[in-house]
Amino acid sequence: MKKQTIDSRPAGPKPWYDPRVRALVFQVISLAVVCWAGWTLIGNTLSNMESRGISTGFGFLDESAGFGIIMHLVPYDATMSYGRTFWVGLTNTLLVSAMGIVAATILGFLIGVARLSSNWLVARIALAYIELIRNIPLLLQIFFWYFAVLSNLPSPRQSMEVGGALFLNNRGLYLPGPITPEGFGLVWGAILLAIVAVVGVRKWAKKRQMATGKIFPTVKVSVALLILLPLLAFVIAGLPLEWELPALKGFNFGGGISLIPELAALWLALSLYTASFIAEIVRSGILSVSQGQTEASKALGLPNGLTLRLVVIPQAMRVIIPPLTSQYLNLVKNSSLATAIGYPDLVAVFMGTTLNQTGQAVEVVAITMAVYLTISLLISLFMNVYNRAVAIKER
Amino acid sequence: MGTTMTQHPESKDSQAEKKPGIIRVEGMHKWYGDFHVLKDLNLAVDQGERIVICGPSGSGKSTFIRCINRLEEHQQGRIIVDDVELTDDVRHIDSVRREVGMVFQHFNLFPHLTVLENCCLSPIWVRKVPRREAEAAAMEYLERVKIPDQATKYPGQLSGGQQQRVAIARALCMKPKIMLFDEPTSALDPEMIKEVLDVMVELAGSGMTMICVTHEMGFAKTVADRVIFMDGGEIVEEAPPSEFFSNPREARTQKFLQQIL
Amino acid sequence: MSESTIKPPKKYTGPVKWMRTHLFSTWYNTLLTLVVGYVLITNVGPLLNWLLFDATFQGAGPEDCVGEGACWLFINQRLNFFIYGFYPDELQWRVDVMFALLAVAFVPQFIERFPGRKWLGIFGMTGLPLIGYILIPGGILGLEAVESSKWGGLMLTLILAYIGILASLPIGVLLALGRRSDMPIIQGLCVVFIEVWRAVPLITVLFMASVMLPLFLPEGMSFEKLVRALIGITLWQSAYMAEVIRGGLQAIPRGQYEAAGALGLGYWRKMGLVILPQALKLVIPGIVNTFIALFKDTTLVLIIGLFDILGTVQSTIADPAWQNVAIEGYVFVAFCFWVFCFGISRYSQNLERKLDTSHKT
Repeated sequence: MKKQTIDSRPAGPKPWYDPRVRALVFQVISLAVVCWAGWTLIGNTLSNMESRGISTGFGFLDESAGFGIIMHLVPYDATMSYGRTFWVGLTNTLLVSAMGIVAATILGFLIGVARLSSNWLVARIALAYIELIRNIPLLLQIFFWYFAVLSNLPSPRQSMEVGGALFLNNRGLYLPGPITPEGFGLVWGAILLAIVAVVGVRKWAKKRQMATGKIFPTVKVSVALLILLPLLAFVIAGLPLEWELPALKGFNFGGGISLIPELAALWLALSLYTASFIAEIVRSGILSVSQGQTEASKALGLPNGLTLRLVVIPQAMRVIIPPLTSQYLNLVKNSSLATAIGYPDLVAVFMGTTLNQTGQAVEVVAITMAVYLTISLLISLFMNVYNRAVAIKER
Repeated sequence: MGTTMTQHPESKDSQAEKKPGIIRVEGMHKWYGDFHVLKDLNLAVDQGERIVICGPSGSGKSTFIRCINRLEEHQQGRIIVDDVELTDDVRHIDSVRREVGMVFQHFNLFPHLTVLENCCLSPIWVRKVPRREAEAAAMEYLERVKIPDQATKYPGQLSGGQQQRVAIARALCMKPKIMLFDEPTSALDPEMIKEVLDVMVELAGSGMTMICVTHEMGFAKTVADRVIFMDGGEIVEEAPPSEFFSNPREARTQKFLQQIL
Repeated sequence: MSESTIKPPKKYTGPVKWMRTHLFSTWYNTLLTLVVGYVLITNVGPLLNWLLFDATFQGAGPEDCVGEGACWLFINQRLNFFIYGFYPDELQWRVDVMFALLAVAFVPQFIERFPGRKWLGIFGMTGLPLIGYILIPGGILGLEAVESSKWGGLMLTLILAYIGILASLPIGVLLALGRRSDMPIIQGLCVVFIEVWRAVPLITVLFMASVMLPLFLPEGMSFEKLVRALIGITLWQSAYMAEVIRGGLQAIPRGQYEAAGALGLGYWRKMGLVILPQALKLVIPGIVNTFIALFKDTTLVLIIGLFDILGTVQSTIADPAWQNVAIEGYVFVAFCFWVFCFGISRYSQNLERKLDTSHKT
């Protein structure tokens, strides 16, 4: 008998009819096109830069910048390097983003809850706010606050003032700044101690509730600890704090803490604008928790406050957090509008002045984009971790 | 009205004192806007009594039992549960809800908590029971509804019948005096109805005061002390099951029974 | 049967009941109502006075704006600039024709049961851009040429948003298909493209388009500033578009893909004839929302020196002849944007609700 090997597969098609071969060829061609396009662009760019006498490489980062920046969180003056301008811009971007995120979150949650208020007037006003603010371009709002409101404030000599300590004029907002002498360390220690104590109390209270069922007023005690301990230390140390008042020196104020109008306008506009989106997210998050859940909770005898805290909020937060983080990301990106009013953020300083002076567009744009890409990747990484942690188990 | 019938042999034990009129509804009306949903309802339920409410959809039967723990508010008349009258006073409402358990058509388990956490939530936060005790008690009830092995799962991982049994256990964990059932089997697949009804029959046998809105006429026949028929927001007929099913007095009841049986 | 004629007790009906439950249900609600009401009453009057009753609408020049209220005269006098930019006066009829055609094509989309609105929509997406391409720049068919540096105002804003959305639609479709494809290299390329553009702010894209694009091109070849901005906007927008369309592709049930495959349709026919028509219909609200976002974002082009509507206003409010007209200028632009965006967002919400119900039944 002749042994026959039985091939269970049908005879293979001609290679150009095989979908796998087709897919492979198609992919190779696209990759080649992309590579070729990239290669051509790089070639063009290099020859263009050469003919215009623009140098390449990252050496410019060590060269002296030679321009001043109106606001910097890291030490800076005009003799420092272009690399330093990057850090000044980045820290300014992060500052206004952080301030904006905090304010927009607080405001957004308040308005979102107000939108669902049983008080008709409050709900309507929240709705009007949301529909007004989110349908007007952010840049226009920034201009409005900067050019129409803050610029129309009186000059430093005619500042609006509150009790000789707080000054508002068209150069910015001036607050008394604390000066912390020797003894103030005790207060820092007390704050640290209070935080440790709060963590301890929370743990202890939870343990005790689990063991004996007694509920401890954790929130009230925590707040009291956080306020009283540092206050006590402050008094014991003999009130070791002096305030430096802003004072008119020549044409402008010196001393204390100052908030430049560019920062104030940007912060205000970013917070108000983003808050209107956060409010809608909060509203739909709360509405996503079905009526049945609150009814079941009430039927179990849980009072309104506990129903909110144990049933509604944990479920609403799952719905709220993902779009909320993407709003935060939008806010960080939108903070780049700073350049339109001259707040020295990353784009204004680095992609603006530094790029103009050095002409090294490719390097500067690449660095700037890399920063935003990193921020965005970090946030989406956080999102993925969070989603995996809280995903509601279904089968 | 309100004569207690103890036909059930198991109910002899726990009920030392039989409190008459643990639920009293007197001349109760409810409107949604101008729409008159509940019209002059009167009902007295004694402790340990088992009432089944039936009627066509839209007859107001669900609204009625939801008024008993104030998930809906009534606008005229009185509702007195365990000597506490339901008014706008939040303290009264909370104290009534502590004593009245409720099981919903759509289970309404908390999806973010495990089965055990669902059961312990209210004992821990409302009755202030230590966690270990609450969990031990919850496990007992879960055994009673025959799903102790699912305690660490999330509601979304259970079948409808299992979820509804968890919901019953969750309500029982508060050790309520009264249990309300709002169409507990209507949202279930046919093969799961029996497992839930079995639990309810067992519960009835233990002497629990129960009010059930249901279309399960078999359940009504075997368990109920009284059957109440509602239509158009009114109580049309009220009778022991033997009488209700064999010899209905009102034409509307007869018509309803013809359609359903 | 016994249809009840008993009315609910007075306490529970009528305006009194409404006010009790909606304004004064608890002590803090009462307090809130009073405080908010007070703030409203004290502010609305002066605001209306400023906006309308004390405002100046008519007049010959800055010297007529003497009242306490807003100086709308300023807007009145510069309206031509705010709408057409530097477009020559005698040729503005060409822009007007485009405005009218845009309205004819898209306003009926808001009216249900408007006869042939589907065809008008298709015309708006295909024929109209071609007409615009001939009409606005001119230079052919005996039309006098108007270079793009003279375009501005509302007209430029609309051009940027309209072309941005039209051009990004097909690119977005391709990217979305690529991201959903099972070919790893194609998928990888699309993911990188989409995520990079979505991560960076539009400003950096516009900067890049205006500074780096000239470097990328071979020597001797260059684009006008407007075209460069449009390229940047389109690339950026197509990444967002791709994500919206991907949402639609994911919402199409598996059975549709399988059914189309079972009919023996190849990939492109399967997508083009079965999947995409359904998916695109599903994501119309999403596309409309990205359009609103883009429409607002077009204001950013003023940073690279183009005169959109905000740019034209911004450049005139500094005119020393007019005293402090910044607020009037911004309110005018805000009003233009608000009317557009609010109207369109209402439309997309209605659409969403309709799609939502049609999917459930």
